[in-house]
Amino acid sequence: MAISFTLNGTAKSVDVSPDMPLLWVLRDTLNMTGTKFGCGMALCGACTVHINGEATRSCITPISSVAGKKVTTIEGLSADGSHPVQQAWMEEDVPQCGYCQSGQIMSAVALLSKKPNPTDSDIDDFMSGNICRCGTYQRIRKAIHRAASMQAGKAKSAA
Amino acid sequence: MVNSSVVNRRDFLKTGTAGGVALVIGFSLSAHAFADQAQDQEKKPPNPFDAWVRITPDNRVTLILGKSEMGQGIMTALPMILAEELCVDWKQVKVEQAPTNPKIYEHGTGGSGSVAGSWLPLRRAGAAGREMLITAAAQKWEVPPETCKAENGQVVHGNPKRYLSYGELVESAAKLPIPNLNTVPLKNSDDFTVVGRDTRRFEARDKATGAAKFGIDSRPSGMLFAVVARCPVFGGKLASFDATKAKAVPGVRDVVQFKTEGRGASITDGIAVLADNSWAAIQGRKALAVKWEEGAAANESTAELHKQFLANAAKPGKVVRNDGDADSVLASNPKKIEAAYELPFAPHVTMEPMNCTVDIRPDSAEAWVPTQAPQWAQGVIAEAAKLPPEKVIVHTTLMGGGFGRRYQADFVMEAAQVAKAVGKPVMILWTREDDMQHDFYRPASYHKLQGALDANGNLAAWKHFQTSTSIAAKWSQKGADDSGLDEFGTGATVPYTTPNLRIEYTLAESSVPRAWWRSVEHSSSGFVMESFVDELAAAAGQDPLAFRMKLMGGDRKIPRFGGEKEPPLDTARLKGVLQLAAEKAGWGQPLPKGQGRGIATFYSFNSYTAAVAEVSMKNGSLKLDRLVYAVDCGRPINPDGIRAQVESAAIYGLSAALHDAITINGGRVEQSNFHDYQMPRMNETPKTEVHVVMSKEEPTGIGEPGLPVVAPAMCNAIFAATGKRIRRLPIRTEDLA
Repeated sequence: MAISFTLNGTAKSVDVSPDMPLLWVLRDTLNMTGTKFGCGMALCGACTVHINGEATRSCITPISSVAGKKVTTIEGLSADGSHPVQQAWMEEDVPQCGYCQSGQIMSAVALLSKKPNPTDSDIDDFMSGNICRCGTYQRIRKAIHRAASMQAGKAKSAA
Repeated sequence: MVNSSVVNRRDFLKTGTAGGVALVIGFSLSAHAFADQAQDQEKKPPNPFDAWVRITPDNRVTLILGKSEMGQGIMTALPMILAEELCVDWKQVKVEQAPTNPKIYEHGTGGSGSVAGSWLPLRRAGAAGREMLITAAAQKWEVPPETCKAENGQVVHGNPKRYLSYGELVESAAKLPIPNLNTVPLKNSDDFTVVGRDTRRFEARDKATGAAKFGIDSRPSGMLFAVVARCPVFGGKLASFDATKAKAVPGVRDVVQFKTEGRGASITDGIAVLADNSWAAIQGRKALAVKWEEGAAANESTAELHKQFLANAAKPGKVVRNDGDADSVLASNPKKIEAAYELPFAPHVTMEPMNCTVDIRPDSAEAWVPTQAPQWAQGVIAEAAKLPPEKVIVHTTLMGGGFGRRYQADFVMEAAQVAKAVGKPVMILWTREDDMQHDFYRPASYHKLQGALDANGNLAAWKHFQTSTSIAAKWSQKGADDSGLDEFGTGATVPYTTPNLRIEYTLAESSVPRAWWRSVEHSSSGFVMESFVDELAAAAGQDPLAFRMKLMGGDRKIPRFGGEKEPPLDTARLKGVLQLAAEKAGWGQPLPKGQGRGIATFYSFNSYTAAVAEVSMKNGSLKLDRLVYAVDCGRPINPDGIRAQVESAAIYGLSAALHDAITINGGRVEQSNFHDYQMPRMNETPKTEVHVVMSKEEPTGIGEPGLPVVAPAMCNAIFAATGKRIRRLPIRTEDLA
């Protein structure tokens, strides 16, 4: 049975087992490999995407539950890496091996949409679901603060 | 894309690039520190050159590199060295991952050796290119070469200045003889404009946009996704299996039984479930009915290993080193201190689980492998495919972490066997559970340290007994007969002066696979030696920093015990990092009650590291608040890259201090995923400061040296805060109570 949803602004329809997690639909059926597999149990955050704007672990999200919803992946954040969070990631030189960073960035974007100016404690609370074995946490923290100021600056100049 | 381009060596040597002209310079990179470990894994003929620089008329400079990028930043640091001598903007230098060919390239990335081994060769290659381009310009202008100079990708002459870009000079420069690489003039380091400057990662954009391709992202046309059922007990064999239900899972295409054997094999029997997607393969594996013959290892456990450690420690070990007469001094000295320490098996836990994609065709093979040892992968696939190695193309992909795990070829063997059996491209994908339960772990070890202080508080004797499930027993040709020296890392070269020094070792038996883990044996030696020195300082009633400085004594160079080819340990540099870390951390300044400060220092991979840890205890729970490092890894190439590596090693070290423990019961690993095996997360991250010594010495390793000091600095801080000594890792709540 085909399941339809919106992926990065484009209508998609996939004919897969309804219990297949969104992660594998993205990676194996649609060849969108920016979203990563880390644990399969929603414990590491590498697979984080947005569903209707909410940060969601795609590895435990059955594709059937996504029908009719809007999914955003790292590839949909910006066409050219120009999203303020991506820019901040580059400015702070966050990535090392880089494998977890798609998930970290998607979590950070979701955090900033709820709390445009998060405290360190907000960052601890929201980002502790994302594991980085290279230990880039300190730079992630800095990059989130930087992205917050960038977005605040943008909002100010638009006002 | 940083890793997509495959250059046929013959083509580019002849023409530089397909159909075009180019200046190409070949040179050799020494394998440096990892050579000893790798030498018995593969034998290869000596090569005149193993890395290449190519300059093309479009002004592009390309470094073709046999090293692998796993997050350590060599795709950034190595082009910086080249850009410096070649006098080009670093951003002009592109990196291409070399095709795997051990006859040409020095592959193999590990031992924190890439920058150290590439520093001089890359400088010479860059300088040779620069001199050839200058000569070509001088000939064109008909002026003496010494009146021309190179800057920013151009050769400049005269007043008013005239310019020729490197691209314009490539054709004529390529016809000139390559200068002698041993005598080509190198830049004065005072003129450096690239080396020593903070430089952002070459591939950061791809990693911030999801465009970076890791091994797990390989998608050759027609590929099947496979997961493998393995015996949970190490060394077990297949008894029987029934795949009926597995084959009935929608999307499952095939179930294949296979064997792996020979050097590097980890399992004997595997059953691969192949499917249209990873999910179906995982579901299919769940539906398999398998019976294993678990074998003798099924009786092994962490509790039994601990008993073996205690039994071994009750008897003398093999003498690894003996200066003076430590035993007599210890027996007669009134101020004798003794402590025993224990460390568990530790897993690598790369965020990208092991995976390998292989396509074996009748006359050739192609593979996409996230590997630190592409030449080994090539050999393994060639053997499975019964093809000569040169018929096997191995694409080294970006790696989602390596830390030594990806120096292995067990996952490559599995992929090769299954790809051969099905005749289609196959990705073997490991789940997190597979990855955690079939690793090659950092050895478990038990250490008994004894020391004696004389009337003046000097170190009269030092004795270090270790028993461990050694790496050598698994990998070296000498096996169990190995001396045990390697199991101490640099721990047999003690920087603290004593006339009586004795080091002993006893091998502990275990079926658990072991191999190189970030900082390898230094992770255990650093913990036990720096914890014990702290205990000695407390016994002597002295400040831990002052005690260490006193025992190191005057500036001297201590020869590396059993490592005569390695540079000696320079106590001036070790004292330098100790003092710098202490000063930056505010050593000696008071802290509120419930907080403590601890210090540790260690020498590994020819680099000098010290760290001061600040911990706090609140309601019986421990937090590492701050970590202040000083590191001296010789001349810093990319200081911000060095800081990043040390920040990373800090968290890896924190993981070892707080969480890393693989326990065995019934011959199998008890942990499986991040619910029963914890990893440091954002909320456990200390404020980390890294102070890099602006040394002018030769560059040395930095991927690993930040790790060994974390646990001892932290445990020494716990002692300062609570008076409790932590002598086993990971730190347990009951040991803090």
